[in-house]
Amino acid sequence: MSTPASLADPEIARTEPTVAQLFSGFLFLGLIGFGGVLPLARTMVVEQRHWMSGKEFTDLLGLCQFLPGGNIINMSVAIGLKFRGPLGALAALLGLIAAPTAIVIGLGILYDHYQDDPHIRHLFAGLAAAAAGLLVAMAVKIALPLRRKPAGIAIALLCFLAIAILRLPLLATMLVLAPISVLASWKLDKGENTP
Amino acid sequence: MSSVLIALALIFTQLSLLAFGGGNTILPEMQRQVVEIHHWMTAQQFGAMFALAQAAPGPNMMIVPLVGWHVASWPGVLVTTLAKFGPSSLLTGIAMQLWERFKDRPWRRIVQAGLVPMTVGLVTASAAVITQASAHEWILAAIVAVCTIAALTTRLHPLLVLAFGALVGLSGVGQI
Repeated sequence: MSTPASLADPEIARTEPTVAQLFSGFLFLGLIGFGGVLPLARTMVVEQRHWMSGKEFTDLLGLCQFLPGGNIINMSVAIGLKFRGPLGALAALLGLIAAPTAIVIGLGILYDHYQDDPHIRHLFAGLAAAAAGLLVAMAVKIALPLRRKPAGIAIALLCFLAIAILRLPLLATMLVLAPISVLASWKLDKGENTP
Repeated sequence: MSSVLIALALIFTQLSLLAFGGGNTILPEMQRQVVEIHHWMTAQQFGAMFALAQAAPGPNMMIVPLVGWHVASWPGVLVTTLAKFGPSSLLTGIAMQLWERFKDRPWRRIVQAGLVPMTVGLVTASAAVITQASAHEWILAAIVAVCTIAALTTRLHPLLVLAFGALVGLSGVGQI
């Protein structure tokens, strides 16, 4: 929640992070983010530490969503770069992935050591099924907005067929389908703009 | 060992540059490379690693260092992490210099809208591939279904959903 003071004096309200603050801020995000780090990132960057305004954050997010790579990974790099150059970008990225990497490798070591135990094997099988369920739910959520767009549905189905059924390479699939999809998007955009 | 590290670097560099729409879009390609082409692990092991990555905090691409760890220990972790996060980060840095110029251009919005169906297709494919690897017993298929419905109809914390699946699994009901 922005105060009137920060609206009146945006320059005074802005706080520029140091390299160490970038690292520790994103380290914190890496440790507490489950399922979605992005909302927490906005809370930290805009509302708690006042590194940038909400509009600046949204603007930068638009870029990061446009590029390949995870949104929050790209955001950490972009925010670090914006304030402290390449060193800031490196600090933010390392901060974000350091703790999760350590945790996930710890879990991986446990898995490797105990996967032959029937109880552990059953536990991991159940865990994997639950994770698959979460992924199915995510797929449903992002597919729903497409349900009234036949061209989008066709592209999505072709993509699904290529990747999930035919197991074609992702690079080839994207090179073929992405231009078609963008062209369809452009045609639709022209159609909507024509009186 | 060095040929394995080179293979890991090439795979994850490509995945880094193809991950439009977020990390979940590249899971089928990762699985195809790691399981079907290079045979570094089974489909079920890949599914388990995906689950472990989901159970860890942080960005949703933490399966990357985990795969690296499993395939080639610490050198694998370093190579996969650098390969996956390096190129896309460089691209972010380059793009930031140009962002002011093209952020309001109509074509950016059209390209972004055009990539949405691709993302839907890819994430749906990910869900299919991971579910196929994970639901090899009826009880596991039931867990997938229950967790899907729970995630869609409630606001349960993902960790609670994962814990439910793990506990049902641990009971051993319906599993060999």
